[in-house]
Amino acid sequence: MSDATTPSAAARAPMVLADRVSKSFGSNEVLKSISLEVKHGEVMCLVGPSGSGKSTFLRCINHLEVVNAGRLMVDGDLIGYREAGGKLYELAPKDAARQRRDIGMVFQRFNLFPHMTALENVMEAPLRVKKVPRAKVEQDARALLARVGLADRADYYPAHLSGGQQQRVAIARALAMEPKLMLFDEPTSALDPELVGEVLDVMKGLAKEGMTMIVVTHEMGFAREVADSLVFMDGGVVVESGDPDEVLSNPQHRRTQAFLSKVL
Amino acid sequence: MSTTNNSRPPAGATPPAGGARESEPIKAIRLRHPWRIVFAVVLVVGFVLFIVDAAGREAYKWDFVAKYVFDRRITEAALNTLQLTVYSMVIAIILGVILAVMRLTPNPVVNSLAWFYLWVFRGTPVYVQLVFWGLLSIIYSTIDIGIPFMEPWFSFETNAALSTFTLAIIGLALNEAAYMAEIVRAGLLSVDKGQDEAATALGMTWFQTMWRVILPQSMRVIIPPTGNEVISMLKTTSLVTAVPYSFDLYTRSRDISAETFTPIPLLIVASIWYLFFTSILMVGQHFLEKRFARGVGAREDRKIDTMSGTLTGAVPLGSGQPTVVRPPGDGPPPTKPGEPR
Repeated sequence: MSDATTPSAAARAPMVLADRVSKSFGSNEVLKSISLEVKHGEVMCLVGPSGSGKSTFLRCINHLEVVNAGRLMVDGDLIGYREAGGKLYELAPKDAARQRRDIGMVFQRFNLFPHMTALENVMEAPLRVKKVPRAKVEQDARALLARVGLADRADYYPAHLSGGQQQRVAIARALAMEPKLMLFDEPTSALDPELVGEVLDVMKGLAKEGMTMIVVTHEMGFAREVADSLVFMDGGVVVESGDPDEVLSNPQHRRTQAFLSKVL
Repeated sequence: MSTTNNSRPPAGATPPAGGARESEPIKAIRLRHPWRIVFAVVLVVGFVLFIVDAAGREAYKWDFVAKYVFDRRITEAALNTLQLTVYSMVIAIILGVILAVMRLTPNPVVNSLAWFYLWVFRGTPVYVQLVFWGLLSIIYSTIDIGIPFMEPWFSFETNAALSTFTLAIIGLALNEAAYMAEIVRAGLLSVDKGQDEAATALGMTWFQTMWRVILPQSMRVIIPPTGNEVISMLKTTSLVTAVPYSFDLYTRSRDISAETFTPIPLLIVASIWYLFFTSILMVGQHFLEKRFARGVGAREDRKIDTMSGTLTGAVPLGSGQPTVVRPPGDGPPPTKPGEPR
């Protein structure tokens, strides 16, 4: 969404800046020195075979996973740590939580709170975390549900909604915190094929409004249509990145070619 | 499930041309179960005979039962038993939640301490523990509050500060807490990890996540065994004579029967009260379970299934997010927790 990037934004720090980020689980190195940049208002799609580390990278951005090496910055803020006098200090849970407020996340398995209605799900975080007055929160939450096309499902429990509806509630729940960055972790992978479109439509709408988004996905059509940049990951490294059209139609690397030949 | 799809043609069959008659509903002669009826009759006859016999049997002394069931000493003792149960369970549940959380923290010292507590209090009989609490004043004759190795700010005589009633509650509660801790831990572990992640990603703190997201969901798993524990506790209070506290229901009725030489009717009196309280607790448990089944529970879904005929998924206990496919704008609104099933 280059039209959303105002000239002043170019001077700002990028929305997400990963500088040689590495992450291992035990001896298993999942991310190997990942460096990439996401500008304000940009939509980036992360694609790659399963186990390539794309989900882990996404989870590092809001500190659900702790990186072992490198620096991750969101809008100029170092994630998870405070740097002073050349030393890194781990953030207190309260401060880490504060950083996460501005970063919305949508999960593959929706992870809606099953004991709350759709409306209560959307209201929970603004009410408890931001401590906004209830009347205002409810008004905003209803508006958000209307925006994802679920105004009439506000009082339904997640178990009584279809997968696509649940995922749209999950998107509304993340948007309720008015994030500056949205992370999508395979948002349509757990959905029945006929329900994928309704979720992608909501995401397209968000992209049009200029939301900065990082989307881990297998939906190449979505990537081609919506993304400003596409990153192909495999084995914990960025194999290839660039304009989605170019990467998808003319992949340079052998591993990209092999992967795309299977999914396209 | 299949019964709701009665309009679908059988697999492999070509659908009949539009307007074809539906197949006739089956009208079969019902299978009879003669042995079931025989067995039921035998049971009912046996039960009735027992009741009739018991009603006339001398040793039960029903006149004594009627005389003592609302005796002041008995009703007071029943109240004491109820208080012992409620107070010790409330303390046990609070302590149990704390111990369960301690068991789940990454801090090895905290973890081991909770484990040690469980090892001691689950590993020794509650009767022995109650005797120990009764001997507290011999082990610790005074209770001092202050900084260790310094002159205490307050000092109490143990005997004066802690009545046998209080000691009984402490004894019962600390024992029960060990069991509650395991029940709560199982409940917390039953909640999908994605719930914790979703709450964390929204910027909720650990406490908010626990209190608003994890605990309410784990209640569904915690409540049934806790109801069991409450009922069990009600009856375990009859052991407080070990402290010795002698104003609970069982001990009181034993004391009365020692004077009147009528142990059997007084045991029945005590049993009537125990059963009365148990029944109330069971009703309470039913409503608690309903409250915490909000948004989940296979029964609610099945109801909607039979009403609207849409395809619903079974909801396994402790699963993540069940997917229920439902055409938009179709079907009744979700069952509210307050509505009768």
